[in-house]
Amino acid sequence: MREPDPPQARLLDILRVFSSMGLASFGGGLAGWMHREVVERRRWMSEEGFLAGVALGQVLPGANSVNLALYVGQQLRGVPGAAMAFLGILGPPFLVILGLALVYAWGMGAAGFGVVLGGVAAAGLANSLTTGLRAARRLRGAWPWVVVGITFLAIGLLRWPMIPVVTVLIPASIGLAWAEGRARG
Amino acid sequence: MAERLFALLLVFAPLSLVSLGGGPSIFAEMQRQSVEVHGWMTAGQFTDLFAISRAAPGPGTLICALVGWQAAGFAGALAGALGLYVPSSCLLLAIGHWWQRRGDSPMRRVIERGLAPVAVGLIFAGVHTLLQADGAGWLEVATLLVCTIALLRGASPYAVMAVVALLYAGLQQAGAIGR
Repeated sequence: MREPDPPQARLLDILRVFSSMGLASFGGGLAGWMHREVVERRRWMSEEGFLAGVALGQVLPGANSVNLALYVGQQLRGVPGAAMAFLGILGPPFLVILGLALVYAWGMGAAGFGVVLGGVAAAGLANSLTTGLRAARRLRGAWPWVVVGITFLAIGLLRWPMIPVVTVLIPASIGLAWAEGRARG
Repeated sequence: MAERLFALLLVFAPLSLVSLGGGPSIFAEMQRQSVEVHGWMTAGQFTDLFAISRAAPGPGTLICALVGWQAAGFAGALAGALGLYVPSSCLLLAIGHWWQRRGDSPMRRVIERGLAPVAVGLIFAGVHTLLQADGAGWLEVATLLVCTIALLRGASPYAVMAVVALLYAGLQQAGAIGR
């Protein structure tokens, strides 16, 4: 029982999609943008494959959004795909930030800018929250919810260091998924 | 000049491999290196650069490009960005390659099913942490909730962000928010 192959992503498409996401990503929330473009709209990747990238990108060193972009690009088209995603997600913001540095060097402050940015950042976070909620709706059974709850409690509320927490939780969660698969036969 | 570029690489490449969870874990050390150790800028300038990096799109760690810019111009910005992003990227690609070679095996499915709830928990935790780090008040929380509902109902994120930016700019002009 094989699912039909997902549409093949062209390298230029990867560059284009990730460039526009890179420019739109004010205040974080990039996982949300990528989920929308890569999973929902273009169906380049499955939900599960994407979420594995989210976890991997957060656990490994490096900016989460850059890691996720690399992962998506690599799964789609190997190293060239990863290079396109990397260029797209970092190139345009790199140029914008240098432009802002020039403006700053000319002595123009950013007074009042911060307030608007706070709002835009909140809207960006809404993207992430939406991704989390959509993914959560697809979880089946009780144990995944326990894992979600413990992860959020330990890292979000208690502010425990992430690495030790996920070092325990990831194997436990995979073990539960395996046990569930066996129970179902 | 070449020395400065090399120094930038030497500062950022090790930070790349310890930047667990992204920028927040390395900002303190980045500041210490560029202000106290190398004297590329004053502490006040670093704070300004931090504010600029928050105002720009892209990951918060792109402040590495600004530090490089301040230290050695455009080449410095490139050296800073390459130093910070290339080492961690290589590590990710190596692990991603191994992952890809598993193919669509049952074991990989089990791993993906196990990783999914952890990823969801991490996403929620990240939203919570960033809200707190930004010192969000009731207005930001309300914005977050309204935007989330709009997005869940299929609104375009570009439209949502544009509306929010205009709304906040309008409120600020009217003197309703801001200092």
